[in-house]
Amino acid sequence: MATQHSRSAARLMMAPAVILLLGWMLIPLTMTLWFSFRKFLPLRGGDLGWVGFDNYTRFVSSSSFWPSVQATLLIVGGVLVITVVLGVLLALLLDQPMWGQGVVRILVIAPFFVMPTVSALVWKNMFMDPVNGLLAHLWKAFGAAPIEWLSQASLTSIVIIVSWQWLPFATLILLTAIQSLDSEQLEAAEMDGAPVLKRFWFIILPHLSRAITVVILIQTIFLLSIFAEIFVTTQGSFGTKTLTYLIFQRVLESQNVGLGSAGGVYAIILANIVALFLMRIVGRNLDA
Amino acid sequence: MGRIVLEQVAKRFGDVEVIPPLDLTIEDGEFTVFVGPSGCGKSTLLRLIAGLEDVTAGSIQIDGAEATGVPPAKRGLAMVFQSYALYPHMTVRKNIAFPLRMAKLDRQEQDRRVEQAAAVLNLTDYLDRRPGQLSGGQRQRVAIGRAIVREPAAFLFDEPLSNLDAALRVGMRLEISELHKRLETTMIYVTHDQVEAMTMADKIVVLRAGHIEQVGSPLELYREPRNLFVAGFIGSPKMNFIEGTEAAKHKAHTIGIRPEHIAVSESKGSWSGVVGVSEHLGSDTFFHIHDTGLAETITVRADGEVGFRHGDKIHMSPRTDVIHKFNESGLRIP
Amino acid sequence: MARAVTQQRKAVNTLVAWAIGVLIFFPILWTILTSFKTEAQAIADPPLFLFFDWTLENYSVVQERSDYMRFLWNSVIIAGCSTLLGIVIAVPAAWSMAFVPSKRTKDILLWMLSTKMLPAVGVLYPIYLLFIQFKLLDTRIGLVLVLMLINLPIIVWMLYTYFKEIPGEILEAARMDGATLRDEILYVLTPMALPGIASTVLLNVILAWNEAFWTLNLTAAKAGPLTAFIASYSSPEGLFYAKLSAASTMAIAPILILGWFSQKQLVRGLTFGAVK
Repeated sequence: MATQHSRSAARLMMAPAVILLLGWMLIPLTMTLWFSFRKFLPLRGGDLGWVGFDNYTRFVSSSSFWPSVQATLLIVGGVLVITVVLGVLLALLLDQPMWGQGVVRILVIAPFFVMPTVSALVWKNMFMDPVNGLLAHLWKAFGAAPIEWLSQASLTSIVIIVSWQWLPFATLILLTAIQSLDSEQLEAAEMDGAPVLKRFWFIILPHLSRAITVVILIQTIFLLSIFAEIFVTTQGSFGTKTLTYLIFQRVLESQNVGLGSAGGVYAIILANIVALFLMRIVGRNLDA
Repeated sequence: MGRIVLEQVAKRFGDVEVIPPLDLTIEDGEFTVFVGPSGCGKSTLLRLIAGLEDVTAGSIQIDGAEATGVPPAKRGLAMVFQSYALYPHMTVRKNIAFPLRMAKLDRQEQDRRVEQAAAVLNLTDYLDRRPGQLSGGQRQRVAIGRAIVREPAAFLFDEPLSNLDAALRVGMRLEISELHKRLETTMIYVTHDQVEAMTMADKIVVLRAGHIEQVGSPLELYREPRNLFVAGFIGSPKMNFIEGTEAAKHKAHTIGIRPEHIAVSESKGSWSGVVGVSEHLGSDTFFHIHDTGLAETITVRADGEVGFRHGDKIHMSPRTDVIHKFNESGLRIP
Repeated sequence: MARAVTQQRKAVNTLVAWAIGVLIFFPILWTILTSFKTEAQAIADPPLFLFFDWTLENYSVVQERSDYMRFLWNSVIIAGCSTLLGIVIAVPAAWSMAFVPSKRTKDILLWMLSTKMLPAVGVLYPIYLLFIQFKLLDTRIGLVLVLMLINLPIIVWMLYTYFKEIPGEILEAARMDGATLRDEILYVLTPMALPGIASTVLLNVILAWNEAFWTLNLTAAKAGPLTAFIASYSSPEGLFYAKLSAASTMAIAPILILGWFSQKQLVRGLTFGAVK
């Protein structure tokens, strides 16, 4: 539905965005791939030549690899379960008639706008500090010994912080999805005599399934690469070294670029697997 | 000046041939209507003339100048869209002035022409409103105003009345016709409504599946439809078609007789049948007659006062001088 | 159809929802409260909620000691410029995709999205190297470029969905009225899509403001934005809760306010139109 003239104009106008993103993707990716096959220690001799798949095998066989995979999965999985379950409940609650709905919504959404470094620091110091943290006071108030959150329950702490940040996102999207549910459908089910729980299980949940999938996929992509929350709390100690953080340490802290790059390639592959599923959903939506 | 000539113009979307090569000349000052059922390619043809689509083959000349590859802005044509396509963020004044602003006319000239157009179209009181605050008919007039200020070589109308209600449609029809009489500019008007075509056109182009079925004045098309399709499309209610022995009597495969060319009577007539539904319009009555042995239904247009009721026996006499005859391939037999 | 709900049930809903809302908001509230306490009051046992000596001292201390304004200015420049640059590049691209779609449009859109999913850490060193090479390390221009690039897919995507809602006939009308492509985009498309463009700007300012991987890894003292400013508080030095709170409040307040305005657009932007 256009002329040759407008089609060539369209190509021209799309060019800057496409070329920039192509460069942004291909140049660093090629460099990462290149480094991953070389022994490259910038501070200890520089580029020491081709090593084949050595970095790949070394990265996987290093003692920190499997724990980092485990930490990554625990954090991503934990946050997903918490945010999706609480998100559904919260969305259902916020969809109910009440006074001051707008204000409550604003309160619930707020954490999403807090920059990761701030939320990590506030939680670390003002809530999870074993002496002065509010949680310590709370524990003492009930006569329990305060927990040293970031060392004794380090993974749990990170999961709590990150869940707090992402719960608003899940809630907001699920709420939007619930509001798009045709209320006549629910009324029809009510007329048919379906009790509340059944209505939730057979009508609301299936309606939400797509939104939940989208939440899971998008969060997974962001959660796989959480960084600041670990950077300012545990610095990767106490078993909180995720894959992202491990690669960061290899590259910038121990300056083993070859090894880190091989790790980076693993991370890229992992993210792409998740992305593939997301793209299929988004792509299907484009046709609709 | 606006003489538009299409030579072997064709349009394909991928493998689909929307318009097979066709020739058409639209004379300067002529009101030409493209009419046909939806999907017949009439809007596409208009967009080809406008330059909003490229022709796949052939050439378009406007006023003798080659316009085939010229972008729409440079063809000197103005278009009124089905959805009016007004700029919602601009006032009526700015909407009408937009083409002048694009042509970089000075402010005074812009204002003068806008005021003039507004006066012609009864929009003077609405110049500072936005399109959202106007009624459908007013919006339509703004769209026309935007077209006339440019003083184009030709106006293109793409089903401009289809979003209006019936009463407004009749009024706007008249207004556009009057505008044409006053401006004497070439107008090309696309519609699927044969009433609009018949009432407004100097020349009607009947299209089906991209083909031109017939070109002619409204009365030519009414009197001498070139084939069954045109015969059935032009005229309301639709022409009755009769095949078989009755047609054979006239040495034709099919004969057509318009509802208004059949007289009805209680007692005498060469055909007879039973009245089904009768539609009373006041001035006229349409009878849908069954069990005639000729066709499933015969429609007859009678005087408003003629009173037959459902189930009545009725006799009909066709006017033999206006029976249309068609051969096996549906073409008119002279 | 809203149905009549008993006042009782509505009251219960209200109570529960407010309780949960306040609980979720509490860490932010607590931070804001603490920022007005003295350091001693900040760690008082039992904790003080409202009855303390409100002071603004922390804010001035933070400003003096760590030059809050400079970080704030860096954040504003980086978030603002990267978004504006992104918009300038994305508007023509989104125009093309929305109004002159081809068979490849969908593939290009999805591909753009896929670049957004490239894990940053995977390309950390190459970018680091390129930054050293082009002397972009710890410069605002460098961060503007990187943040523009990581958000460009979202900007294109959001604008695309907004543009799709504008009827093509209006742009065709402009073309018939003699508008060039530039006129068409400047005088017709942009004003019509202004609400959508505004939401896109808003959301991307928020995302750029809060970005905390590249801003932490590619800046030091000179070009560091507020994310880096806050990260510098991660090693405690004596009594510092109140000051940390003041710094945090200052870092999140601008974006919290912006964010509340853009809740609706947030869904669209972050799900790439998959949930509306």
